[in-house]
Amino acid sequence: MLDLTPKGLSERGALRVNPCKTCQPVGAMYAALGVHRCMPHSHGSQGCGSYHRTFLSRHFKEPAVASTSSFTEGASVFGGGSNLKTGVKNVFDIYDPDIIAVHTTCLSETIGDDLNAYIQDMEIPEGKRVVHTNTPSYVGSHVNGFFNMMCGFIKYLSEKTGVPNGRAAVFPGFVNPGDMRELKRMLRAMGIPFTLFPDTSGVMDAPMTGSYAMYPRGGTTIPEIAALGDCLRTIALGVLTSEEPANTLERKCGVPYELLPLPVGIENTDRFLMTLSRLGKNEIPYELEEARGQLVDVILDAHFYLYGKKIAIFGDPDTALGLTSFALELGMVPKYVLTGTPGDAFTRLAEDLFSRYGAAGCVARASADLFELHQRIKNERVDIMLGSSYGKQIAKAEDIPFIRAGFPVLDRYAHSYFPIVGYAGAMRLLEKILSALMDRIDRDAADEDLEAVM
Amino acid sequence: MPNSQILDERRRSIGFGDGSGILCDTNSVSGAVSQRACVYCGARVVLNPITDAFHIVHGPIGCASYTWDIRGSLSSGSELYRNSFSTDLREEDIIFGGAKKLAAAIDEIVGKYAPKLIFVYATCIAGVIGDDVDAVCREAESRHKTRVIPVRSPGFSGSKSFGYRMACDAIMRLISPHAGAAKTRGVNILGDFNLAGEMWIIENYLRAVGINVVSTVTGDASYEALIKMPSAELNLVQCAGSMNYLARRMEEEFGIPSIKVSFFGAADTTNSILRAAEVAGGAETMRRAKIFTEQNEAELRSFSERYRPHLEGKKAAIYVGGGFKAISLIRQFSAMGIETVVVGTQTGQPEDYETIGTLVSGDAVILDDANPSELETFMREKGADILVGGVKERPLAYKLGMAFCDHNHERRHALAGYEGVRNFTREIHLSMNSPVWDFLGEMKAETSPAFH
Repeated sequence: MLDLTPKGLSERGALRVNPCKTCQPVGAMYAALGVHRCMPHSHGSQGCGSYHRTFLSRHFKEPAVASTSSFTEGASVFGGGSNLKTGVKNVFDIYDPDIIAVHTTCLSETIGDDLNAYIQDMEIPEGKRVVHTNTPSYVGSHVNGFFNMMCGFIKYLSEKTGVPNGRAAVFPGFVNPGDMRELKRMLRAMGIPFTLFPDTSGVMDAPMTGSYAMYPRGGTTIPEIAALGDCLRTIALGVLTSEEPANTLERKCGVPYELLPLPVGIENTDRFLMTLSRLGKNEIPYELEEARGQLVDVILDAHFYLYGKKIAIFGDPDTALGLTSFALELGMVPKYVLTGTPGDAFTRLAEDLFSRYGAAGCVARASADLFELHQRIKNERVDIMLGSSYGKQIAKAEDIPFIRAGFPVLDRYAHSYFPIVGYAGAMRLLEKILSALMDRIDRDAADEDLEAVM
Repeated sequence: MPNSQILDERRRSIGFGDGSGILCDTNSVSGAVSQRACVYCGARVVLNPITDAFHIVHGPIGCASYTWDIRGSLSSGSELYRNSFSTDLREEDIIFGGAKKLAAAIDEIVGKYAPKLIFVYATCIAGVIGDDVDAVCREAESRHKTRVIPVRSPGFSGSKSFGYRMACDAIMRLISPHAGAAKTRGVNILGDFNLAGEMWIIENYLRAVGINVVSTVTGDASYEALIKMPSAELNLVQCAGSMNYLARRMEEEFGIPSIKVSFFGAADTTNSILRAAEVAGGAETMRRAKIFTEQNEAELRSFSERYRPHLEGKKAAIYVGGGFKAISLIRQFSAMGIETVVVGTQTGQPEDYETIGTLVSGDAVILDDANPSELETFMREKGADILVGGVKERPLAYKLGMAFCDHNHERRHALAGYEGVRNFTREIHLSMNSPVWDFLGEMKAETSPAFH
């Protein structure tokens, strides 16, 4: 499929080939699904809602429910106000959510729909809520959509009552339900009362019970989001994903925040736990120390297979940075670190990591695409690739071992149930990386060199 | 659902045992959790299988990324169509217009490759910011002496089936300059997209009985093959929803008649082969077609009999894109001894629903543009054992504890022709009779029948 990719890199000003990002609304939809009994609502053409639901269903292998304003030609000329009004009424009548979270699309943004005014003017049933955020598809990526939706919830719902609730507000970043579960496990182990927002565990990994619940058990509740305003402090995970909502909460309710990298790898997890330890004035329990020790133990056992191996990492900014940090801890060389999401901060942070570990000749690229990654790999190969499903074509074309992580993973099952965060997530990544590298050694070994013990 | 919970606006789109007069081919109700997509989606799915075309999506990244390599259409030649090309419009393009960027994107492609064919999809935003996509394409065409064809597909400009029409217009624009070509004996196959190689199955059948295939639309299509379309003597139209319009235009403008066919299910496959032989061939073709279909049906019979005990008496629900597929599926299920109790489509036309009404029993539920709640309620009420649908319906079916078969982009095996009947039957059996269903609900001391 990729035999057209030329080796020579050239500046492309206009053409995007094989993207490493998608648009804001799908991120907003995912964030809204992390709120209990919430119906995400796509204010645009019905194709948008349908595509986003399909995309999420393909990644999580779960139903992704959302409603749409179903724009017509008329709405695109006269504005989508009446579509939204009818839409909200119908959604409450039929699907009975506690809250509707509206996000815009490129269409409704460009025609200038004023969501604030629409929502102020509409009749909202007693006890129900409608919130919104602006998610123009032509700005940023799905990651922006995710944090913009968080900001929308905070702006509408979070309140400072003046009575501190002693909890930590924890923003997980754009991660899988499996990661959210692991974050909660670590928080509980640290004895910190917390609110994780959003929380898609129990929603996008809901169990099979034989009956369908449109609103499964999981998700941050409306009172919990309201009470974010009384939290002691926000732990915002993912410096490029969670700062905006942390900032919004600080401005609105005066909750100070601590901005940390996504806890992927040893050092990032250490920092997360040390922060919690300072916050709760608790010791780090043996359970977590043990997990860290086990992780280091396995890395030590296997370090010969890892040291100096070149890896290409691609995906969402904070995920890619976390994976890069861990790869460096393993002694690997993160030859290419790439995201489709725009922003120079990404390149700067990646380069900081390179220089801290003295990794020479590594390239970090934001606002890039997988066509470029392929070209770079053609110029200088890597030993392994780590990223979303869309890397599989390159991996096959160039015959490179490939591990899936991040978003989206459309061609494997069960991945969203397991973490990449924490020591447990690092152990899982480590096993995957080692297995991929060592399977390759076995595959390529001459019969007389094939070893039962490695 | 409690009948009271059906939206008033939706009542006219739901029928019970009778498909006539069902309100369809409209926009979804605002606030519906519609399973349906937009004009762009319709246009894109029809044209995407054209293998050696550059498909450039003019808009923000989403429309390109959601349609990147998703159809499962196979190619015997170029794999170009499986890449994603777009203008990835940014804020400054929205403010200052995206036409220049589009022209530059076309130039970048032409500069590097020697494309024979470029499609440019105008998404919602292109029209709203006033980009004259037609003009950009026209100018690029004369600048580069290569075909650059605009596809007018803003999402809001109608329903998904309107998008099919826009795709057909683009195909007409491509082939019209070749209308004067000398006639060749043979047919075009319209409305199969070569998912899991289905077009190849159909081509093989036609070849086996002595019918020449001129062009396939759009499964495994290429520029060179498509421009031969006007030289064919007959169009076989499978997916009527997407291709009736093209067939009509080809009849009006090139004088090529068409017949409807369907290669889903043994009965429909046999009828279609015989009908094609009757119209496109002579007595010898007809003789071969009869032998071919009888042989295949006979071989299938022993296969079907083996599976029948596992399937007989079960109940099926169908929720698919177009009407023709729903109709074939109802027939196919009847042949297996399975009764269809719920049937819906995203883009069915009034005549499809009338036909459906004649095929199902009196209390079967027929719905247009269903939402998950309606599907859930009616499937439960009617006791369906399996749902046939697409990607969004799959997890819903599983959550309801119901078996599932993907008859859309994510189908695992070819479902067309006699081979398709085998694959479809196996899949239905596999999903319905998997041991996983024994583990639903509460824990039991003994689950596995092996311990009984």
